[in-house]
Amino acid sequence: MQKKLKFALLGLVLIHLAVLGARFFAPYDPAEQHRDFAFAPPMLLHWVDAQGHLHLRPFVYALVYHSESSAAGPYEDDRSRALPLRFFVESTTTHGNSQSAASGEPQRTNHLRLFGVDSPGEIFLFGTDDYGRDQLSRLLYGGQVSLFAGLFAAVLSLGLGILLGSVSGFYGSWPDAVIMRGAEIFMALPWIYLLFAVRAFLPLHVGAQESFFLLVGVIGLTGWARPSRLVRGVVLSAKHREYVLAARSFGASNFYLLRRHILPETYGVVLTQAALLIPQYVLAEVTFSFLGLGVSEPAPSWGNMLAELQKLYVLESYWWMFAAGLVLVPVFLLYHMVADAVQQAQL
Amino acid sequence: MSYLARRLGHAILVLLGVSILTFALLKLAPGDYFAGMRLNPQISPQTVTALRHAYGLNRSLPVTYLRWLRSALRGDLGYSFAYNTPVWPLLRSRASNTLILSLLAMAGAWLVAIPLGVWAAAHRGASLDRATSAGTTLLLALPDVLIALGLLAFALRTGWFPTGGMASVAAQAMGPAARVRDFVLHLILPAAALAAGVLPILVRHVRSAMLDVLDSPYLLAARGHGIPRARLLFRHALPAAANPLISLFGVSLGTLLSGSLLIEVVMSWPGLGPLLLEAILERDAYVVVAAVLLSAVFLVAGNFVADVLLYAADPRIRAE
Repeated sequence: MQKKLKFALLGLVLIHLAVLGARFFAPYDPAEQHRDFAFAPPMLLHWVDAQGHLHLRPFVYALVYHSESSAAGPYEDDRSRALPLRFFVESTTTHGNSQSAASGEPQRTNHLRLFGVDSPGEIFLFGTDDYGRDQLSRLLYGGQVSLFAGLFAAVLSLGLGILLGSVSGFYGSWPDAVIMRGAEIFMALPWIYLLFAVRAFLPLHVGAQESFFLLVGVIGLTGWARPSRLVRGVVLSAKHREYVLAARSFGASNFYLLRRHILPETYGVVLTQAALLIPQYVLAEVTFSFLGLGVSEPAPSWGNMLAELQKLYVLESYWWMFAAGLVLVPVFLLYHMVADAVQQAQL
Repeated sequence: MSYLARRLGHAILVLLGVSILTFALLKLAPGDYFAGMRLNPQISPQTVTALRHAYGLNRSLPVTYLRWLRSALRGDLGYSFAYNTPVWPLLRSRASNTLILSLLAMAGAWLVAIPLGVWAAAHRGASLDRATSAGTTLLLALPDVLIALGLLAFALRTGWFPTGGMASVAAQAMGPAARVRDFVLHLILPAAALAAGVLPILVRHVRSAMLDVLDSPYLLAARGHGIPRARLLFRHALPAAANPLISLFGVSLGTLLSGSLLIEVVMSWPGLGPLLLEAILERDAYVVVAAVLLSAVFLVAGNFVADVLLYAADPRIRAE
């Protein structure tokens, strides 16, 4: 069981690190457009060239526009132009469109990237979208929004849940009644409807950063009910334990009792809840952005990347646009594995 | 009977609380439907003020709430600014569409989950049980939206199913049999997507509830009497395992309604989901309040039905 937990945690840490290091791992800037390569399919890495020679350094074939009407799609590989993969390349990023920069001079920065190909030439391992933006880069940058929105919202929710749950369980009487009736009201709404009810009355069109914190706030503040009820249950049973009574008779203060003896009892429940809530909240961000109520273009999030699929022609023809949804599957699997392992460790 | 009366009273109080909560949110909001009008130079500020006055948006929270509550009790849920009609007729047809979809998905999911869960529990540790558990794990990790989009792509590619909506454009001209067939074809994919979302949860619960019962001494005794296996499982074990499952029925309704919102939008099923989304984007406040409240009514009603079923199924509760 411990092995499974370690494996899942390691996987999650790696995914989060990859996403955090998007500037290094992504071959392009998420907003960089390649207008000649709209909806380019994912490129394959090759080791064997057209002549049958083996190369140690993988390469991709350059894409050429063929024709809109061909059955295999508008692009085809140019077998005569192999673009070898270069590692640790220095790349220049142009921020924003060259036309849109107010100063007339687009801002340029140089930094190191894990891989790239010699220009002229592009590498799109996960294909491109409508504007010819590299999907892999957008996935990595979008993960910063989607994964961390879920994580922060869960921290917020659990913090609030621990606070309200322990007050409710420890002090009882009217604070308990008020908090628990409140929790019942929050739990009487189907979860997504509750989120939407809160989101409905907040500003709709906000910048990418504001909307990130807005979503974290909305998701985090509406999710306190279930964790607080669970924490309350643990606190209720813990406060009558004999060692707690003993500590109290020695003159321990309420705060000391909570901190030293009672809250540590809730760790198991809180950890399980965290492992269950984080994926749920990641999905909430994805749902919001998918429906246009969350992080909006051009900033990438897994939700607004998936939203492209709401256009039927994209859904029908460009299967690689599913990538933003498919990355959720391993993330969820790993979180569920953590939840299972933590739950079993408690038994 | 006092048990049921208590549950009913509780349900009504919770609904009142939900309505107060949504109203408080409404009032906390910056701007309303008419805020956008202020920017329009062709509409005078006096007109906007008069409109806000006419719709009662300039009153304080308790006054608005009490007025709304009074008319809501008479069946009038307010007025939609965007559609320019009363809310209730608008909501009624949408809500019934959501209910058709959700109840069908619910029935389908339970019909698959019960035999599958019982079967997996009866063959604990066998390859079949392991396959079921792997399947539910995978299905649990698949987001609803991905399932819905995948099924929609499938419909587009094969052309076997319509790609959204509730009826074909030509449905009006069809005969009754063809119309029913058309409706069923439209219903299958959204219902399947929805059912796939709750199925893994149900299967897991059925399996674990059954496992608890299968280990009990009285079942061992029943087996000792030579009762056939199928009768043992479905006549003796399943009713004993029913209690947690009946409670789950209420809880799973919440998951179902949440999932339904997204699936309705993706598959353009004309239910509450698309209406609520539109209303949010248009700041159509009373539609939002009514749709949210209606979802709570469904959930609370579902939980109440679960309570009634529990009361009917478990003599211990009746004796209480």
